[in-house]
Amino acid sequence: MSVILVFILVVVGFSFWWLLQHRVLSKPWLEHGVHTALPETDLSGMPTAKIGLGIFLAVVGALFALFASAYFMRMEYSDWQAPPLPRILWLNTAILFLASVALHCAVRAVREQRLETTRLALVTGGLATLVFLAGQLTAWRDLSADGHFLDANPANGFFYLLTGVHGLHILGGLVALGLTTARAWDKTVAPERLRLGVELCASYWHFLLIVWLGVFILLAGWAGDFIAFCRQLLL
Amino acid sequence: MVDATPRMDEGIPPAEVPELELYHPRSWWTTYVFSQDAKVIAIQYGGTAMAIGLVALVLSWLMRLQLGFPGTFDFITPDAYYQFITMHGMIMVIYLLTALFLGGFGNYLIPLMVGARDMVFPYVNMLSYWIYLLAVLVLVASFFAPGGPTGAGWTLYPPQAILSGTPGGQSWGIILMLVSLILFIIGFTMGGLNYVVTVIQGRTRGMTLMRMPLTVWGIFTATVMALLAFPALFVACVMMLFDRLLGTSFFMPALVEMGEQLSYGGGSPILFQHLFWFFGHPEVYIVALPAFGIVSDLISTHARKNIFGYRMMVWAIVIIGALSFIVWAHHMYVSGMHPWFGFFFATTTLIIAVPTAIKVYNWVLTLWRGDIHLTIPMLFALAFIVTFVNGGLTGLFLGNVVVDVPLSDTMFVVAHFHMVMGVAPILVIFGALYHWYPKITGRMLDERLGQFHFWVTFVGAYAIFFPMHYVGLVGVPRRYVETGESAFIPPSVQDLNAFITIAALIVGFAQMVFLFNLFWSLRYGKDAGGNPWHATSLEWQTPTTPPPHGNWGDERPVVYRWAYDYSVPGAPQDFIPQNDPWPQKAPMRTV
Repeated sequence: MSVILVFILVVVGFSFWWLLQHRVLSKPWLEHGVHTALPETDLSGMPTAKIGLGIFLAVVGALFALFASAYFMRMEYSDWQAPPLPRILWLNTAILFLASVALHCAVRAVREQRLETTRLALVTGGLATLVFLAGQLTAWRDLSADGHFLDANPANGFFYLLTGVHGLHILGGLVALGLTTARAWDKTVAPERLRLGVELCASYWHFLLIVWLGVFILLAGWAGDFIAFCRQLLL
Repeated sequence: MVDATPRMDEGIPPAEVPELELYHPRSWWTTYVFSQDAKVIAIQYGGTAMAIGLVALVLSWLMRLQLGFPGTFDFITPDAYYQFITMHGMIMVIYLLTALFLGGFGNYLIPLMVGARDMVFPYVNMLSYWIYLLAVLVLVASFFAPGGPTGAGWTLYPPQAILSGTPGGQSWGIILMLVSLILFIIGFTMGGLNYVVTVIQGRTRGMTLMRMPLTVWGIFTATVMALLAFPALFVACVMMLFDRLLGTSFFMPALVEMGEQLSYGGGSPILFQHLFWFFGHPEVYIVALPAFGIVSDLISTHARKNIFGYRMMVWAIVIIGALSFIVWAHHMYVSGMHPWFGFFFATTTLIIAVPTAIKVYNWVLTLWRGDIHLTIPMLFALAFIVTFVNGGLTGLFLGNVVVDVPLSDTMFVVAHFHMVMGVAPILVIFGALYHWYPKITGRMLDERLGQFHFWVTFVGAYAIFFPMHYVGLVGVPRRYVETGESAFIPPSVQDLNAFITIAALIVGFAQMVFLFNLFWSLRYGKDAGGNPWHATSLEWQTPTTPPPHGNWGDERPVVYRWAYDYSVPGAPQDFIPQNDPWPQKAPMRTV
């Protein structure tokens, strides 16, 4: 459970920092009257949707941290046999990275009000993500063609489960990206609205790229090597 | 004292953060059914939770009938008994308590108490309710599925949960249970995002974090915890669903069942227990923290005194929330842990008692020399303190490994957790309903029916669960459909069991009286006015009662003080509402 505990520690640390920023040490029973009543409002100027997305990403992070925890705990058993890593995963990683870069370009373009570039970058990002999903399906097919079925070994189960859950999150993101892309062609949409949507999509994509890198490291077995290496250093 | 010199010349600057655009419903359907108004959603959540809670109440009657009078009722087979206890536990913990505190009270109170017009993402909020309803319907469907609902115990421990010996294990029961939980978690996450972001971003001007009523603090912290803890249940459910449907072996070890080798092999049931309790322990506090917050407000309001140690109360809530993530394995002392782990988790468990005890002291000190009005909400709040202390003290027994090992899986455990997270939060829910019903409907609940309901529920709950401790100490195990002839179980246990069953039936009947009161007072209750309890927090200061969509009329309130200015010396009344600038005059608004 160490992965999720580290994750919770980070979240708790951030929460405590945030609370300290919001004067949880103040003594409200001593403050009243008009002058102190209106402290410079302590709401953040950040758009509400961004805060909402941030918290949602923390939940998604907790989900994957828990999967990783389960993975590590299960790995300790003697019957663990990791399936071979399909080669195509390297290509998929590159493509997802490309999608993330494309959305980053979209953010820059939409901030500079270059609508054409924004549209191009959004579509590129969406297409690259679709290619990524197709690549993941190919990886599944390769594995099962070689006899590494879902129920053959717990390691296989985790492979399909982790890639599947990640893929589902990507699919959900594609719905939002589709709506945002449609908005880029809609003349009636205010530029700020479009900008917010593009920024939200980009943040989500960057986050899912990081999650994917974590999943990839886990599935490739490097995480286990890394832990063994750390243990050697400690003992 | 912070400088509070009036500055009439300055006036109130316009809000820096623009208001959210309010959604305006156009038809009857979007006003009352597919509503995006947090208050309507709250009532939908509350109604659904109470309806499914009634099912769980009936289930508890059935299992008590079996325990009190074994062999009398033919239709209560061992399988049926297991199904009753499983569904009773699951419904009460998840679909009633969690949904009612966070979905019900969270939705109703957060926007009103922080001075918002609605939740920040109303559409997502609406979806949250409908997914919750779907989860409840899937759960109910399992009662009618072939093989009936699952009988795996509310903890759903594998491997037995998906074996053919367990009711529902190889039929629809367990599948529907897991799907329902997954839906619940998805729905809850949608709602939870709303509650958290509304507190962060929806507060009106002057409402700093440290001016929020403790109810909001409790619900806020509990929601943050739930958002981080429910994924653990989600992961456990998804992996078990894979084991059951796709033949993976995440949790399933190699097994021989009925002389047949199953295809599973190598899974780890302990892994499930870790995941389950990583959710399960925070869940206790997800239910308890809103109760802590609400009860603080009830006590302060009905004792006409500011809450003692407000800062400590806030910090205790936050610290309990953080600590509750590192105590989960105290539910697993008997599942074979390294002794050092047991030591670690026993220590953290005892540490968490410190902030909890601080809260109890502060409640008692708030009452000290207060002007205590023994209204129905106050009665329930006082009963909560007693019950919670009682249940908490037995927690000290069970938190210690050496004491827990012999008590594990006895009725003592059942008595403990019913006291501390069953009866105690339910008492707060009742208190809160009596307290806020006037705001929700504009009418008071009937006082005499309320007195009857309170005394029967409070005394009855003790009649049920206090003797159960002794039954457990004798060694009577939980989850047994009947104990039969055992050398260590004296006949007096059977008499006690019969007594408990009769008490349970009476307490259940009192809840029917409460339900009747809810509906009867809707029509015939005394007119409440806007602020019947003379409370300070913002929800009582709405221009109209019940508050309409948008809550505040033209202008959102401006907050000048914390929520606990009761009995302030020199003030014209014994309470000063949060939006009252006394002793100064309200400054002009500059537009």
